[in-house]
Amino acid sequence: MTLQVMTQIKHATNGNAPIKVDVNNLEVYYGKFRALTGINLAVREKQITAIIGPSGCGKSTLLRCFNRMNDLTSNSRVNGEVILDGQNIYAPGIDVVDIRRRVGMVFQRPNPFPKSIYDNVTYGPRLYGMRRRADLDEIVERSLKSAALWDEVKDKLGQSGMSLSGGQQQRLCIARALAVEPEVILMDEPASALDPISTLRIEDLMHDLTKDYTIIIVTHNMQQAARVSDYTAMMMIDSQRAGQLIEYDRTTIIFTSPKNKQTEDYVTGRFG
Amino acid sequence: MTSFQQLIARNQATLGTRRKMINAVMLTVTGLLTLLVLFLLFWIVGYVIFRGLKAINLDFFTQTPRPLGMAGGGVLHAIEGTLVVTILAAVFAIPPGILAAFYAARNPNTPLGVALRFSTDVLSGVPSIVIGLFAYAVMVKPMGHYSGLAGGVALAILMLPIILRTTEEMLKLVPHALYEGSLALGAAEWKTSLSVIFPAALDGIVTGFLLAVARAAGETAPLLFTTLGNERYDIAGIVRNGVLQHQSFFMIFGRIVNQPVDSLPLTLWKYAQQPYPERIEQSWAVALVLMLFVMLLNIIARLWISLRMRRLKS
Repeated sequence: MTLQVMTQIKHATNGNAPIKVDVNNLEVYYGKFRALTGINLAVREKQITAIIGPSGCGKSTLLRCFNRMNDLTSNSRVNGEVILDGQNIYAPGIDVVDIRRRVGMVFQRPNPFPKSIYDNVTYGPRLYGMRRRADLDEIVERSLKSAALWDEVKDKLGQSGMSLSGGQQQRLCIARALAVEPEVILMDEPASALDPISTLRIEDLMHDLTKDYTIIIVTHNMQQAARVSDYTAMMMIDSQRAGQLIEYDRTTIIFTSPKNKQTEDYVTGRFG
Repeated sequence: MTSFQQLIARNQATLGTRRKMINAVMLTVTGLLTLLVLFLLFWIVGYVIFRGLKAINLDFFTQTPRPLGMAGGGVLHAIEGTLVVTILAAVFAIPPGILAAFYAARNPNTPLGVALRFSTDVLSGVPSIVIGLFAYAVMVKPMGHYSGLAGGVALAILMLPIILRTTEEMLKLVPHALYEGSLALGAAEWKTSLSVIFPAALDGIVTGFLLAVARAAGETAPLLFTTLGNERYDIAGIVRNGVLQHQSFFMIFGRIVNQPVDSLPLTLWKYAQQPYPERIEQSWAVALVLMLFVMLLNIIARLWISLRMRRLKS
């Protein structure tokens, strides 16, 4: 694919929102294996961007580039740029801790710490030196309210986070991510382990969160992408099994009149 | 050609009888052997209780030994010695055991991690008397005398592989998702280990620790070379004397750990060889106390595990 075409994909969406994260020529290697190739993507501020595509096409790998979680995988290597508010997060001398505070993450399976609900939410703020009880109390209430969990747990903040239901646990994990006031929230199939009602609650919540946050979500579920996202990025593997971005546009366009044949086949259920 | 169905139909009667017969025989054999194992176990426990109970009374736990040939007296010296040596061993073995386990769990495939796992396996297979001999060479010989301290070192070496292995296994059981969740919030790796991974694995680590203590408390061989034995060992007496003579805390502590001490297994071994009926009887009682102590630790460890399982399920 020529650079010209890739640039077209990247900027096909002339939205009004400013660009929050700008991905340029991103490549990820695991050892000698190239997992992602030539990713160019402009994520817009306070919008929900969904990343869809068949299993194994590198959706999660791409998502994990936004907060440098790929650093944890041994022998992984990243080329290219991920520019967050004008700053390349892969530039030398960048503080990964600060990146991870600004770019929060919610995982596929709810992973509350085996601590109380209160301590789960305050874990992040404490890391950054917040100690005053009143401040922490305020953060707990604000975060849990933002995560639409406050009413259900306000009387049992001392109980273990593990004692909640799956859907509540996932909202607790969202509250935990919100507590450090991130700018971007990454969600890696946040509802795939949940029942339909909990899934709807998470989706409603995501919609509310776009008032303040930029959200990037990986999902297998195309209806979910269509329901919640403003923009959709379609990924596919190339002939060398490396994941690439084949189309990126407003969600309505991706699901009604995609330009790429593979995208059309995928979203209409003929493939994948 | 007969089909499989026909074959089965023809042989059904004989096959059924044969199967039932084999089943009955195997059930009988395995059942009988299970009974044999249980019988041996209950025989040991029952016989020790039967022989040991006679010499057990309040004095047995609160008095030091009377002169040979006299009835009465107790094994307070051995109980105190066992406690001192076991506590010292735990203090020596826990910090390096747990910290090394953290390293091994996080870096299993590095040369150091592989070397650690290999040496742990080797160390756990070393006969305990060899470990006693080693402690004799590095502690007793240079210090010039036997001591509880040397016994603590010997038992610590014995406990180390058990603590290391169980801790490592428990740390590995902590879901990777918790680790990632913490790092995604910007936590450093040491912070994640300390405030997320360690608390999550704590129950299992404590269980491993209890099993290691149970193992070490019953060991005799390493103590033969290191603690020697001391029938006049009396912590209350040492403390009383020390306070009367205005000795410092460290001086008194030194007196407690830096002299030959006795222990339950050692006392059992020595008393059983003596030609005095009172001592023989007491050696059975020591066996009973030791057995109950180790069984208690095992039961607590098991309860702990099952409680943890139940909590994880709910």
